[in-house]
Amino acid sequence: MEAALALEDLRVELRNGVAIVEGVSISVAPGEILGLVGESGSGKTTVALALLGYCGRGVSITGGTVTVAGHRLDTADERATRRLRGRIVSYVPQDPASALNPALRIGASLRDMIDEHRDATTVVADPTATLGAVDLPSNDAFLRRFPHQLSGGQQQRVTIAVSLTCEPPLVVLDEPTTGLDVVTQARVLDELRRLRADRGLAMVYVTHDLAVVASLADRVAVMYAGRIVEEGATADVLKRPFHPYTRGLVESIPDHLHPHALQSMPGTTPGPGERPQGCAFEPRCPQRRPECVERVPPLEASATGRLVRCFAWRETPLVVLEPVPTSTSREAEALPLLRVEDLAAEHRSPRGPAVVAARGISFALARGGCTALVGESGSGKTTIARCVAGLHAPTAGQIVLDGTPLAALARGRTREERRRIQIIFQNPYDSLNPKRRIADEIARPARVLRGLSVAEARDEVAALLERVRLPARAGNRFPGELSGGERQRVAIARALAAGPDLLVCDEITSALDVSVQAAVLELLHELRRELGVAVLFISHDLGVVASIAETLLVLEHGLVCEEGATPTVLEAPAHPYTQRLLAAAPRLPDPDELGVSA
Amino acid sequence: MSAGAAAAETTRRPRSFPLLRFVILRILAGLVTLLVVSVFVFVGTEVLPGDAAGAVLGKNATPEQLAELRGQMGLDRPAAARYLDWLGGLVTGDLGNSASGYAEGSARPIWNEIEGPLVNSLTLALLAAVLMVPLSLVLGVLAAIRAGRSADHAISFTSLSVVSLPEFVIGSLLILVFFSWLGWFLPISLVPPGESPLANPSQLVLPVLTLLGASLAGSIRMVRAGMVQALDAEYVHMARLNGYRERLVVVRYALRNALAPAVQVIAQNLQYLVGGIIVIEYLFSYPGIGKELVDSVAIRDVREVQSIAILIAALYIAINIVADLIVVLLVPKLRTSL
Amino acid sequence: MSRLRFARTPSGAVGLALLIAVIALALLGPFVAPNPPDEPIGVPLTGPSAGLPLGTDFLGRDVLSRVLFGGRSVLVLAGAATVLAYLLGAAVGLFAGHNRRFTDAFLMRGADIALSFPPLIFLLVLTTGLGTSVSVLVVGVALVQAPLVARIVRTATAEQAVRGFVEAAVARGERTTAIVRRELLPNVAPAIMADVGLRFTYSIILVASVNFLGLGLQPPSSDWALMISENRSGLDLNPLVILAPAALIALLTIAVNTVGDAIARSLGRSSVEAP
Repeated sequence: MEAALALEDLRVELRNGVAIVEGVSISVAPGEILGLVGESGSGKTTVALALLGYCGRGVSITGGTVTVAGHRLDTADERATRRLRGRIVSYVPQDPASALNPALRIGASLRDMIDEHRDATTVVADPTATLGAVDLPSNDAFLRRFPHQLSGGQQQRVTIAVSLTCEPPLVVLDEPTTGLDVVTQARVLDELRRLRADRGLAMVYVTHDLAVVASLADRVAVMYAGRIVEEGATADVLKRPFHPYTRGLVESIPDHLHPHALQSMPGTTPGPGERPQGCAFEPRCPQRRPECVERVPPLEASATGRLVRCFAWRETPLVVLEPVPTSTSREAEALPLLRVEDLAAEHRSPRGPAVVAARGISFALARGGCTALVGESGSGKTTIARCVAGLHAPTAGQIVLDGTPLAALARGRTREERRRIQIIFQNPYDSLNPKRRIADEIARPARVLRGLSVAEARDEVAALLERVRLPARAGNRFPGELSGGERQRVAIARALAAGPDLLVCDEITSALDVSVQAAVLELLHELRRELGVAVLFISHDLGVVASIAETLLVLEHGLVCEEGATPTVLEAPAHPYTQRLLAAAPRLPDPDELGVSA
Repeated sequence: MSAGAAAAETTRRPRSFPLLRFVILRILAGLVTLLVVSVFVFVGTEVLPGDAAGAVLGKNATPEQLAELRGQMGLDRPAAARYLDWLGGLVTGDLGNSASGYAEGSARPIWNEIEGPLVNSLTLALLAAVLMVPLSLVLGVLAAIRAGRSADHAISFTSLSVVSLPEFVIGSLLILVFFSWLGWFLPISLVPPGESPLANPSQLVLPVLTLLGASLAGSIRMVRAGMVQALDAEYVHMARLNGYRERLVVVRYALRNALAPAVQVIAQNLQYLVGGIIVIEYLFSYPGIGKELVDSVAIRDVREVQSIAILIAALYIAINIVADLIVVLLVPKLRTSL
Repeated sequence: MSRLRFARTPSGAVGLALLIAVIALALLGPFVAPNPPDEPIGVPLTGPSAGLPLGTDFLGRDVLSRVLFGGRSVLVLAGAATVLAYLLGAAVGLFAGHNRRFTDAFLMRGADIALSFPPLIFLLVLTTGLGTSVSVLVVGVALVQAPLVARIVRTATAEQAVRGFVEAAVARGERTTAIVRRELLPNVAPAIMADVGLRFTYSIILVASVNFLGLGLQPPSSDWALMISENRSGLDLNPLVILAPAALIALLTIAVNTVGDAIARSLGRSSVEAP
């Protein structure tokens, strides 16, 4: 039987000849799911679009062949390629809300797909069948709805239904669950598994999330800097990676069932145009040899059918997961650093009624300790964090710092109180003033909250840059010249410049790549160890909080539904919501064979 | 949106006649705005103590003549009372008498004065509008679809230049071309009172072209910008990835969603057109309310200025209301949240 | 400096050159004019001749000299009105954008009402009540433009106010004036810069239109717009008396708008007003 997908030696270039993706070859058998994994800059989305013979602006396919079920999609005949799109290979986008025409009813969107592909040779399924396949109603009332009247999960299932209309041999899914909450994501993944079982659908699932791939894909291909560096059966690759990058990735992925210290890889991914002559991973590789600099390693096949692009792959050690570092908090102390008592907060919109964001929130944070607030969006965790930082006025309850109640807003607090609590935000591209140099930005809290002189602040900035492992010359740069991970380090340095006792971290790694996230969390561990600073960590990711927090508070719709020591909550959850969250969160395969050191 | 919120969305009882309520509310809001505007117009025109009676009778008037005329014109009453009088008159259709009428010794109702010019102006405006709306849509969309290519460059460059020009400059340049150089049309558009302006269409050409030029240029630029944005939307990319024909993608996916902003843009430029009529009528000596307004300002005929100002303001607001209504009909998200 | 990046684009460079030329003509014109602008010097409405390259106007005055004298007024008046509009509008906009509460809604509702009134009629109403004077014109045009500026500044400010670095400053307890000056203003400036060209162009159009209607500057001023208005009837005898000032106004406004558009595009924004 012919392959669903035969991609050979794909090369995609920018207009100036710089390669975004090169030498990529993939094959997918009918009914098989291939996970295409990579971090930002790996080129995975470019490959995904190329599978439909499509390129973004300023980018073109300059080499290789794309063959889906025997049809070529890389020819110059745009009309022929267009007719194949949707019919032979279809696409499920990342953000369903923006991918559906807001002016068309659901029924109309589905019918467009049918009408555009209706001809003698194509089998076209009617809306009832495709909607039924994704567990959506197909009655008139539903078909007459507009996209904005559906939930995120429903929207995504509609786009999947559209992609199934012509019963294509291959479906390409580009991070389809990234914008959804964990429970909805689990449902969509279930749906996909069922579709594969029922219809023998072949899929290429593009994602950065190894845990999702582990739960869904038969085979996985790992991309780095525009090339495939490893490929093989999913369980094999994740349990025993051969490429040092894959290994580093596995070690940096959070796991909520078996928490471990997240290990990071030094350095950053090179962008297109920055790639060295030899192996792109060489500068960061612990196993590098002289030949790695001279030429790009070819893809070698192992005895078990694994493909690896590395000269030294036979020497790659087993994955070793370090246990979570011991806590540095002084729990025994009588007076906790921070106590939140019966806190309640609202959101008031200009015309609607006030929406309750949080109610009856009480918890304590010891000096040097780390407590995490975990929940989905809308759980109130960010609002509580902002109340602690003085950015949002609570409607009830109080926040007590070292026995003294704090004023609601930062304006009303004393300089000392403002100095002792510092907040770091989620979006690294928003948290720094684009018009100010890094050094000035970091120095500001030191000047304003500690009264340091210009000279003293300058020394402080140098020390802080070193502490967050940024080069000294970064101080002279503007935020636009730094990467997301670097900017987040600057945000941390700026918070530290005030000499705080408490860092409020509001989803500070949610917008970062997995390996970058591991590095930032490692930094946080170090800071706690060396400075004894306490951390209030807000996140939706159970695996991340498992690796960093001693105490967990699980929030749902503004209420605390479970609270306790991290291991207890994760291993023996009492509340049904927590149990649902834990069950839905995808995880890597059982690490029993991964050699966790005692 | 969580599943709970989605369920809530569909089970909310739809209000009865939502569209009607929306229109009525908007009209009420428009009337409130008009009220605020009327206060401003009244205060703005009567702010200087130098009074209208003096302007009418001239410097040589005796105090008795002034007092008598003031009584006739109702100027001896306190400001608030005069304002309410005027407001009441507006509502019932009695606009008062014009000062120039008093100057000639008779009480001439303003409505009679401006009825003819109003019709002339509306004719002019409608002719320009009927051309402006389809042209701006067609040329704006065309420029966007061919963005970066020669058709777009030509359209964009021309519209950028023309939109910078004051209306009277456009008119003057057109006169220079079509009268001084080509000799095709006359620079004056006189319409005898009582005759329809359409009776002699050739004298309408230049004024309409001038009106068209100014408003069309701005409209094209904004329609183009809206369409360029719509062509870049995620759902347009998705439609292409689904293999739809380009024509369908452009019309049903991009244009369909660019229509609402285009309506707002065209409404804005229709308002600009209404404002531009004043200068153009003055330039071409076209007997419309624009020219009437300028003449009244020159002789400080306060009542007439107030009346014409309110009329034009009402037209402005009406254009807004119609545009808002069309936008609500076009955008499903707005329609369902009524 | 990146500020002058727009000057490297073809349209930006041409526009800038044209703008400098017209401004130079307007400001330096009076010094090189061969004849006084107010004195009749020849037969009215005669075409170009030896000493009078542009002929004479309806009172027999030298058109060339009048044209050289006539640019200052519109530049100075429109410039003053624009500056005033920015002072008023930016203050209101910054304040409204930072205080996302009742004051914001109130101010913006006020701006909306102000914008629903035809600008030229506003100026005519003011002229009726306050007489035809230069200060009425400048203040009037400033009042017309201020709500537009306020809206743009307010939108830009509100966008910036929710960004992390602004909230970090709020959490540090910095005073409002410090936050506006250090965090908001530098990041709102690009939005303002992208709009400057349009504002100045519109001020010129409004000032010129009012002068054209004879309700701004009065004779014997040699303002370009007034010249066109006065000489309308002499069109067939000496078209240059209309062509010269009309062409100069056109070049000025096109130059200003082109430069403004180039600046906006170099900032990655469109200068086209959003609906």
